[in-house]
Amino acid sequence: MSIQAQFKYQQTDFLLDVDIKLPDVGISVIYGPSGCGKTTLLRLIAGLDRAESGCLRLGNTVWQDQSSFLPTHRRALGYVFQEASLFPHLSVTANIQYGIKRVGKDPHSLPLDTIIQLLGIGTLLERQPHTLSGGEKQRVAIARALATRPDLLLMDEPLAAIDSTRKQEILPYLQDLRTQLKIPVIYVTHSLDEAAQLADQLVLMDGGRIRANGTVSEMLSRLDLPLSTGVDRSCVINGLVSAIDESFGISYFDFPGGQFTIAGTNLAIGDSVRIQISARDVSLSLEKAKTSSILNIFPATVIETSASDDSQVLVKLAIGQSKLLALISRKSTEALQIQAGVEVYAQIKSAALLN
Amino acid sequence: MFSEADLTALLITLKLAGLTTLILLLLGTPLAWWLARSQWRLKFLLEAVLALPLVLPPTVLGFYLLIALGPEGPVGQLFLAFGANPPTFSFTGLLIGSVIYSMPFVVQPLQNAFNAIGNRPMEVAATLRASPLDRFFTIAVPLARPGFLTAAVLGFAHTLGEFGVVLMIGGNIPGKTQVVSIAIYDHVEQLNYSQAHWLSAALLVFSFILLVLVYAFNRRSILINA
Repeated sequence: MSIQAQFKYQQTDFLLDVDIKLPDVGISVIYGPSGCGKTTLLRLIAGLDRAESGCLRLGNTVWQDQSSFLPTHRRALGYVFQEASLFPHLSVTANIQYGIKRVGKDPHSLPLDTIIQLLGIGTLLERQPHTLSGGEKQRVAIARALATRPDLLLMDEPLAAIDSTRKQEILPYLQDLRTQLKIPVIYVTHSLDEAAQLADQLVLMDGGRIRANGTVSEMLSRLDLPLSTGVDRSCVINGLVSAIDESFGISYFDFPGGQFTIAGTNLAIGDSVRIQISARDVSLSLEKAKTSSILNIFPATVIETSASDDSQVLVKLAIGQSKLLALISRKSTEALQIQAGVEVYAQIKSAALLN
Repeated sequence: MFSEADLTALLITLKLAGLTTLILLLLGTPLAWWLARSQWRLKFLLEAVLALPLVLPPTVLGFYLLIALGPEGPVGQLFLAFGANPPTFSFTGLLIGSVIYSMPFVVQPLQNAFNAIGNRPMEVAATLRASPLDRFFTIAVPLARPGFLTAAVLGFAHTLGEFGVVLMIGGNIPGKTQVVSIAIYDHVEQLNYSQAHWLSAALLVFSFILLVLVYAFNRRSILINA
């Protein structure tokens, strides 16, 4: 089962022309600049807008094709809008119950208690929406959408209307959803950070079209995509915790390419982890430094290079099956003769644990 | 205090205003919803027609209604075709006239209230599996509650004060089509000031209480929805 969407939708200022297949598990992040059509795509998938020419399938369920169009209220989806949009005349509980009352009585895959607990809204249930903070409202809105047991969760920049400190209060909940939910999520954002933290699949949109589409680690390491400027480029690596060393306060996780060492022991063996490695924090050497303070040194093969600006070069590396970016000076590139095919050692100074 | 004729006039007035309001809420709600939602290019024409009673002298409106509802008019003919008397000079005629005359006072507050809700809550409800009718009654109507109250009170109060239209099509028949505003006029004509005072004061107090209730209620709703 997968999600197949094909739309041609003429708007006054641009044409949205999309044909995409998304996995039926995990979070697919649609990323792109403002006005690229990502919200429009989400609305078309939800049936809130209707493309004259379009085809949308969720596994074997047809939501739209040349001859049929299922209205939004008959689609098993959840939708989280940019503004929480709680019904102001209903309490938090009544907001959540609104959708539950309207779906059938199938056995609940994700019980309401679990949803309430997942989003940490247990203490808010009796409140009225106008007494909640922006972050609390959005968490209730997410719970409300999940409570209908959707087959697909659509999220339209759910963090955009929340100030940055509050964002950090919600992101962990979203990351939990990623591991707890058994349904696909399509998440629209213009924040590459959110994409790096949440995405399994990353879709880059531009000018109403899909520019590129792939797994987040694959996409973030691509040098041909205008994701961000060189200094801000980063990659993500996923892995599973394999060992914990209490005496040094560090943990190890295995990723397709080696074993990575991270600080901290508040993980359990078998936990899946994701780390974000900034290109600036990766340096290269031709020989393995035997006496380095850096813990994470991996043999790597240069895949390609790309000038970032006058003085710096982005280098794409393969460590086993994992991809990594390094930002090094043009001078070093020449001195070390870094080019495609060269074997190097990648030294990773630091990495941010994303969950 | 009130003569029997005065009481009958009061009763007829309240019945007229009540029924008019009821009919207008039933007709006006879907109409206002459609006006608030429709993208129709020529919508403004309909809006102008609906607003006509606001600016038209009541006697002009009353005159055309008299023609239309009379035995030679299209509505009168329709009544005759169904074996009924033409509605002029009857309570039914007053009711038809009042519905038209007070229409903008009900439709406009409703339309404004529906506009103020915007599309978003309706879209949210749709994503929560509510059918169009379901979301209209569970989202749009509750959120437009202050608009409904304003519409009902304005429609009611405006019908209470009706004079010109009633006079033209109702004919001021005591006990049948004589309403309070005309009864007051008759009292004054006959220099019967104390009777006029009583009836006027009754309407004044009644209207004031109505408006106080509306403003108090809407203030509360605004506080809640803030």
